[in-house]
Amino acid sequence: MWQFFHKLGSPKWFYGIANRFMPWLFWLGLALLLGGLVWGLAFAPKDYLQGNSYRIIFIHVPSAFLAQSVYVMMAVAGVVTLVWRMKLADLFVKAAAPVGAVLTFLALFTGAVWGKPTWGTWWIWDARLTSMLILLFLYLGVVFLGSAISDEKSSARAVAVLVLVGVVNIPIIKYSVEWWNTLHQPATFKLTEKPSMPAEMWVPLLLSVLGLYLLFGWLACLRMQTEILIRERRTRWVKDFVSTGGH
Amino acid sequence: MSSPMLQAVDLQCERDDRILFRGLDFSIVPGTVTRVEGPNGAGKTTLLRILAGLNDHFSGELLWLGERWQSQREAFLRNLLYLGHRPGIKPLLTPLENLRALTAVRRPVSDQAMKQALDGTGLQGYYDVPCRNLSAGQQRRVALARLLIADEPLWLLDEPFTALDRHGVAGLEQLLLDHAASGGAAVVTTHHELDLPGMARITLGASPAGEAPS
Amino acid sequence: MTARQPGVALVTAQVGTASAMWTVVRRDLKSSFRQRQDLLNPLLFFFMVVTLFPLGVSPEVSFLQRSGSGILWVAALLATLLSLDHLFRHDFDDGTLEQMVLQPQPLFLLVLAKTLAHWLVTGLPLILLAPVLGIMLHLEGNSIAVLCLTLLIGTPVLSLIGAIGAALTLGLRAGGVLLSLLIIPLYIPVLIFGTGTVAAAADGTPVGGYLALMAAFLVLAITLAPFAAAAALRISLSNS
Repeated sequence: MWQFFHKLGSPKWFYGIANRFMPWLFWLGLALLLGGLVWGLAFAPKDYLQGNSYRIIFIHVPSAFLAQSVYVMMAVAGVVTLVWRMKLADLFVKAAAPVGAVLTFLALFTGAVWGKPTWGTWWIWDARLTSMLILLFLYLGVVFLGSAISDEKSSARAVAVLVLVGVVNIPIIKYSVEWWNTLHQPATFKLTEKPSMPAEMWVPLLLSVLGLYLLFGWLACLRMQTEILIRERRTRWVKDFVSTGGH
Repeated sequence: MSSPMLQAVDLQCERDDRILFRGLDFSIVPGTVTRVEGPNGAGKTTLLRILAGLNDHFSGELLWLGERWQSQREAFLRNLLYLGHRPGIKPLLTPLENLRALTAVRRPVSDQAMKQALDGTGLQGYYDVPCRNLSAGQQRRVALARLLIADEPLWLLDEPFTALDRHGVAGLEQLLLDHAASGGAAVVTTHHELDLPGMARITLGASPAGEAPS
Repeated sequence: MTARQPGVALVTAQVGTASAMWTVVRRDLKSSFRQRQDLLNPLLFFFMVVTLFPLGVSPEVSFLQRSGSGILWVAALLATLLSLDHLFRHDFDDGTLEQMVLQPQPLFLLVLAKTLAHWLVTGLPLILLAPVLGIMLHLEGNSIAVLCLTLLIGTPVLSLIGAIGAALTLGLRAGGVLLSLLIIPLYIPVLIFGTGTVAAAADGTPVGGYLALMAAFLVLAITLAPFAAAAALRISLSNS
């Protein structure tokens, strides 16, 4: 068991394996995302209530969706870091956190842009948007804590603890924010809660969600590879690798 | 030789891309004082913290009485007395209160015994003075008073001679010898010239920067 | 005289966890009471932040009545945050923390004891001062009572969650600012339910269920936070 994990956790092994499937992730993800976006933005029918402005969901929903699941993925990696001390898990958390923060910001930004035509204001303290804002804070905490601790191992483990604490709190935060929302502004118009979305709308949405997932996978791998090269710069395989020009 | 109390097998520690030591094997045997020596930055403090279990950025095995140290954590800690650079003396508390707080979590010690220990380190009459009003050497003596009432067999002492006067140094050397004679073991890092009869040594050398594990 | 080969006399005596925890609490309380200024600081801060609201927003009775519980809760939260930096910092600097980690008793329970001592000298005084401030903000008697109750359940949660952040940022430069960033998002549920409960009480809604929910937060925090804080402490010490 230990041996297996060690092999799986070996950065060198990962570097090679990632090279093989990263092109797939990239091209497939890009195709799906572009397909979904073009379909959604240009061909999907107008919304009967919101007209064309609803089309921003093809960006908003995938980024919001991914932003939340990236945090959960980081928490899983955090468990692996703390229990098995696997280097790859550390690398993943470090690579994913800033991407998650950007996605959360994107979701907030598109939410605000969407809010302008829908509610007539850039920001509304809606339960979803507020939760996303708190998620952004959580992400920033992870990023900043990680960079504040100079020692790699300590940094990885401290971040893992923080992510785990965060992931326990996220459902509680969501629940309390929803409760707070009903307390202060009952029965507001809810984002993305449509009674029933026609297939012409949800299929492109699904495509762009999938595409964004794959692209995230590609970006995470790329960032992990870069980090591996930096961390292992003194080892022989990286020196050989660099001297042959990366082939 | 009696069987080792603490054993290190193939210890390696790397910090900030620099290998502090590797392939380090040694045994701490009852009845000995071991001195960890090496130039500044060679990892003496780090080694001591690793042995105490405060630092786990290392690879290799630590054995307590022949068994893996991780499985023996509680028993190990009960038998360990560790004094770091910063020995855990609260400046706002008096020597007596400090000593009480440090020992009460390990075993009950009477006030009488604690006062005697403070006397033994030359702190008569300072029982009730907040430690922040004491000199650096006196504060160090408060920490060392723990050794006089300790029944832990394994001592890990990081620079215990710091700030002590000549008298204090001699007293501590005698204390180490007595501890070894009564079957205990002590591991000491120091810049002070320490050469006790029968003393073992662990020598750490600063390895050249730029090397890394393959 | 070194030729003797005696066997090792191992320590078998054990000190119970409860009595070790009590030792920790007593030492921390004693230390705190020798440095009274530190005790007073969060209280003064609490008072001043509350004073800022009538001055900065509006002294109208209707505004204060409506926002009073929120103001008090936010101020209490900030005051707790301010005091958290001290929770482990002094112990870290003088080496007491190393000694605590090396105690044979389970570390998370010792962390719990430390957090309790911290709450006794920071959280509890806030609750005692809150009624006075509640009167100054024209809160009704019933609201003040419920407010104090929510603070009584909520501030220990703040201290417990805060302990995790304090342990994670120990020994870091700019640890204080980072601590706020890490901890404030985690405080939000407590804040929401703390103020929401008071608001519900002001509307005449029964608040038993909300208080029970807050109590559930407290139970969750007591069971989980010390583990996380203990793990974080080990990591921070390993790094020093």
